[in-house]
Amino acid sequence: MYAILEKQEVDLGVSENVVLKMRNIHKRFPGVYALQGVDFTLRQGEIHALMGENGAGKSTLIKVLTGVYTKDEGEISIDDQVVAIHSPQQAQNAGISTVYQEITLCPNLSVAENMYIGRTAGIRQNWKKVNADADKILQSLDIPAKATQQLSSCSIAVQQMVAIARAVDMDCKVLILDEPTSSLDEQEVAKLFKLMRDLKARGVGIIFVTHFLDQVYEVCDRITVMRDGQLVGEYVIEDLPRVQLVSKMLGKELNDMDDISGEYQTYKPKEGEAPVFEAQGLASDSGIKPFDFHINKGEVNGFTGLLGSGRSECVRAIFGADRVTRGSVKMNGKPVKISKPIDAMRNGIAYLPEDRKVDGIVGDLSVRDNLILAAQVLKGFMKPFSKAEANKFAEEYIKLLSIKTASADTPIKSLSGGNQQKVIVARWLLTHPEYLILDEPTRGIDVGTKTDIQKLVLKLASEGMSVTFISSELDEMLRTCSRLIVMRDLNVVGELTGADMNQSKVMSTIAGGEKKNAESK
Amino acid sequence: MQNQNKSGFSAFLGKLVRQQYFIPLTALVLLALFNLIADPAFFKISITTNSAGNAVLSGTPITILDYGSELAILAIGMTLVTSASKGQDISVGAAVAIAGSFILRMLCGGDSSSTTLHMPIICAFLLGCVVAMLFGAFNGVLVAFFKIQPMIATLILYTAGRSIAAWFNNNELPIIKDTTFSYIGGFIPGIPIPTPFFIAVLCMIVITLVLKFTNLRLYTEAVGINENSARLNGLNPAAIKILSFVLLGLCVAVVGLIKVSRVSSINYSVIAKDIEMDAILAVALGGNSLSGGKFNMATSIMGAYIIQFLTQTLYKYKVPSEALPAYKAVVVILLVVMSAPTVREYFSNLMKKIKVKEAA
Repeated sequence: MYAILEKQEVDLGVSENVVLKMRNIHKRFPGVYALQGVDFTLRQGEIHALMGENGAGKSTLIKVLTGVYTKDEGEISIDDQVVAIHSPQQAQNAGISTVYQEITLCPNLSVAENMYIGRTAGIRQNWKKVNADADKILQSLDIPAKATQQLSSCSIAVQQMVAIARAVDMDCKVLILDEPTSSLDEQEVAKLFKLMRDLKARGVGIIFVTHFLDQVYEVCDRITVMRDGQLVGEYVIEDLPRVQLVSKMLGKELNDMDDISGEYQTYKPKEGEAPVFEAQGLASDSGIKPFDFHINKGEVNGFTGLLGSGRSECVRAIFGADRVTRGSVKMNGKPVKISKPIDAMRNGIAYLPEDRKVDGIVGDLSVRDNLILAAQVLKGFMKPFSKAEANKFAEEYIKLLSIKTASADTPIKSLSGGNQQKVIVARWLLTHPEYLILDEPTRGIDVGTKTDIQKLVLKLASEGMSVTFISSELDEMLRTCSRLIVMRDLNVVGELTGADMNQSKVMSTIAGGEKKNAESK
Repeated sequence: MQNQNKSGFSAFLGKLVRQQYFIPLTALVLLALFNLIADPAFFKISITTNSAGNAVLSGTPITILDYGSELAILAIGMTLVTSASKGQDISVGAAVAIAGSFILRMLCGGDSSSTTLHMPIICAFLLGCVVAMLFGAFNGVLVAFFKIQPMIATLILYTAGRSIAAWFNNNELPIIKDTTFSYIGGFIPGIPIPTPFFIAVLCMIVITLVLKFTNLRLYTEAVGINENSARLNGLNPAAIKILSFVLLGLCVAVVGLIKVSRVSSINYSVIAKDIEMDAILAVALGGNSLSGGKFNMATSIMGAYIIQFLTQTLYKYKVPSEALPAYKAVVVILLVVMSAPTVREYFSNLMKKIKVKEAA
């Protein structure tokens, strides 16, 4: 017995006050091996960042821990006691609490009611006592809210803090904060961090999931990095410079020799030609900071950055998909106004959205209807394409992009992801755009289709189309783009061209702010 | 050889079941068979002389054609609303009362016992259309801009509609003495088939042409299936939802005209009572998903006549009109359960198993 315990301690290296241990966690979904033997360790009184890009498996890991999913293999122990977690209720009983990005409380109940809902032993409830208790907790945590106040009258940040207070009062040992800061402003974030540090001092272990690098380095003690369902490593924050973190998240070595001598796309704009599209101080209600942007005729450029850095938000602002709050836009040197997608389309801009299922396909409609949709809307309500025209377009593009479908009448939802994506690409090519925006066109599709799409982008550009290309795979962007706009934490932080277009340079630009960070500490 | 035949037959059966015509046709055949066995006299059509002295056809099938036409017209609008807004308008009956009352008000010009028409019927009807479309737009705005569930949004007009209708005529019951007015809901002299049927056919022709020569179908279905995607393809989902409610308003005005013409007057609390439920049922019976998206106009219209068939069958067996909804509820339950995803999944699994067995 003792021997086993000792061995575990050796495994851990230092096992000071470990509160949560997850060992060799496996989780398979149909077609996806989401967690492949992941370990995770949380100590008392530490704030531990869980980082990873799309498909890294961090949200699956969190869901396994909170009982939303049941693990296939592996062991979870709390305070060295193995626990079985099969439901959120069991997770809560085990002392694991979660505060999600969206508030999951009841806005029309009072603060105290929200803190105690679902926790009362019987029907009778001494509300006077409950309110007094709640006030005590709120005070001790320095949360600016009153127990009797209606929750919806508090700001989002305070609502989040109430959710945290609820978790803390339930004697939680492990507190999971899942992107709590995404809808908060800077001051609110500062308040939240203060609360997190208070809790840390009380010995609560906090798992902090966020996309914001600055925040990680401001408040966290340790970082666990995941990639493609596997553990990359656990690091003490001082030992892991930002660039290293970025390179570990993206899975690229920093000093890749091939990379430095690698080829890159070049582009020279013609003298005296106005950019096809130009934006100044553009911003939208999605939270991105105002940015300048331009693209020339026949150029391929791209937005790069980590997940959540604001790449998609930028192109959505360009297309008018989010509500544009400020900035001016020119097409070919002429000022235009783009406030909704149809304005952008009329100006010759096409946009393939990031989330194919949610924003792209119209599932129940046929391949043909999906293909002609945008061109049809541009042509007008009173002028439908004839059946013959529609069939001709469908046939032409099914052949051109080698879309695999039983027929043009097949509902698009029954096609494979890659073929669905090709249909959406075809939809926009049919509108003959001057400027094509492709947001993650290659996500979740097979390798063959990926190459097809990259080749297509370069071909279109050589024919004079301007293309903005976004991908979370860095090599793909380096292969196709001649200019990269680098984003971090909703800001444009750099622009790379020519010889600077290599992985190391991109990653160090994404990471940035090493010095500033040191100062703030 | 036999085996092949068998699997061919089951494949044919499977195809048939998947056809959208399957549900309404089955309902039609079942109803027809039932009546044929129980009492073939149900289908008897005779020539009688009506109160105006015209020789007209009469009998249950003619009644079905007559009243089913009202329902068919409403089903056209309801199908569009269902497709675009993923919900249903339950204020249709009340809106029919409003439209009918307004048309009467225009015709009698405020004098409830006026012997002459105050304006041509067509003018009164067109004004009635405008009013009904405005009320439709009101529902549409609640649904599209305020994102209220269609059934909840239209509950307002459902509650208030009949009072508004009565208010148009100061709660009086105007009586139209002009005989041409009664042709609309009755018979045109010399034609033995009820006029509402011709009106319904006209509406069907119009909607067929509209669906053929505009993008109404593509836009409506796109909004109903994926609003985000529709917006990113340049559509304005709110405008399209409102349009569907406005078009339903137009249908409502037509039915309002027929309804008040039938009696040359109006009874605010009884006119078009519960007709919204029949119209919704027609859409569902037509195999259209009540949660929006793709639609089939023809099957909705078939559904309307079948509902009327059912109603007449129930009348025939002396089911009092107050008890009708209870019987129709059985049909609703069957339809809703049959179209529920879990049941569909079960059946498709069952079909797969059968196929596997056949293969083995």
